[in-house]
Amino acid sequence: MKKKINEMTLRLPAISINESVARSVISAFVAGLDPTVEELGDLRCAVSEAVTNCIVHAYRGYPADEPGEIYISVRLYDSREVTVEITDRGCGIEDTDLARKPCFTTGESGERCGMGFLVMESFTDYLSVRSKRGEGTTVLMRKNLKP
Amino acid sequence: MQKDVIFSEIGDTLVARIQCDVDHHTAKHMRESIDAMLLNRNPDELVLDFTRVDFMDSSGLGLILGRVERASSIGAQVRICGMSPRIMKLVKLSGIERIQGITVGK
Ligand SMILES: Nc1ncnc2c1ncn2[C@@H]1O[C@H](COP(=O)(O)OP(=O)(O)OP(=O)(O)O)[C@@H](O)[C@H]1O
Ligand SMILES: [Mg+2]
Repeated sequence: MKKKINEMTLRLPAISINESVARSVISAFVAGLDPTVEELGDLRCAVSEAVTNCIVHAYRGYPADEPGEIYISVRLYDSREVTVEITDRGCGIEDTDLARKPCFTTGESGERCGMGFLVMESFTDYLSVRSKRGEGTTVLMRKNLKP
Repeated sequence: MQKDVIFSEIGDTLVARIQCDVDHHTAKHMRESIDAMLLNRNPDELVLDFTRVDFMDSSGLGLILGRVERASSIGAQVRICGMSPRIMKLVKLSGIERIQGITVGK
C-alpha cells in the first residue's frame, strides 16, 4: 500500500501573476522526491495549464477586485506518485469530453489554441476533469516519478 | 522592467527575441509589441527566437499561432527557432509545424 509522505494546499486569487507563483511552489514542493529535470518540467507545465484555465475561463468576466479563488492540493506518496488537484468555483464546463479535445477552445482566436488539456494529459500519467455548470471545475492529475 | 522582446532587422526579416517565460501573464504584452512591430515594419518574414526562454506553456503556442495569422495577413511567413528540448516537446505535441505559414528551425 502506498503511503502519503507529504501534502500541501494552496489558495490563490485568480490573477495572472499567480501562474508563475503556482509553478514555483509546485517545483519547490515536489523537489522532496528528487524528480528529473524533465519530470519537473512536465509538472510545471501541466500545473500552469490548469491554473491559467481558472483565470482565463472559469472566472472570465469577474471584476478585478473580486477575481475568484484557485485551490491547489498536492500530495506526495512513498511510491513516488504525485497528485495535483486544482479546483475553481467558476462557470464550469458544459461538456468535458468536448473541452478535452485538442484545438477545442472558447477563448479568443489569436490568443488561445485549445491545447491546455492535451498538455495536461500528455505531460502526466492520468487526468480527470470533473465539472458542473455554474459550480466550478476540478482537475486531477497524477504523475509517477521514475524510481 | 526587463524587456520581454528584443527586436532586430536583417533585410526584410524581423527578428523577435523573446527574453522571459511565456505564459498567459507575460504573453499579452509580447503579443501587443510583436503585432505593433509587424504593422510598422511590414517584413517578409518574422522570426520568433526562443533561445532565452526557459518556460513556455500553451499560451506560447497561442502566441505563435496568432502571429502566424497576423503575419500571413500582411503576406509574411513565420519561423520559430532556438527552442530548448523542453519547448520542442510542446511544439511537437501541438503539431504546429504542420500548419501553413510556419517553419520550425534550429
Ligand atoms: N477551469 C475551467 N472553467 C471553465 N471552462 C474551462 C476550464 N478549463 C477549460 N475550460 C474550457 O475548456 C476549453 C479547452 O481548454 P484548454 O486548456 O484545452 O484550451 P484553451 O484554454 O482554450 O487554450 P490553451 O490552453 O491552448 O491556451 C476552454 O476553451 C474552455 O472553454
Ligand atoms: Mg487552457
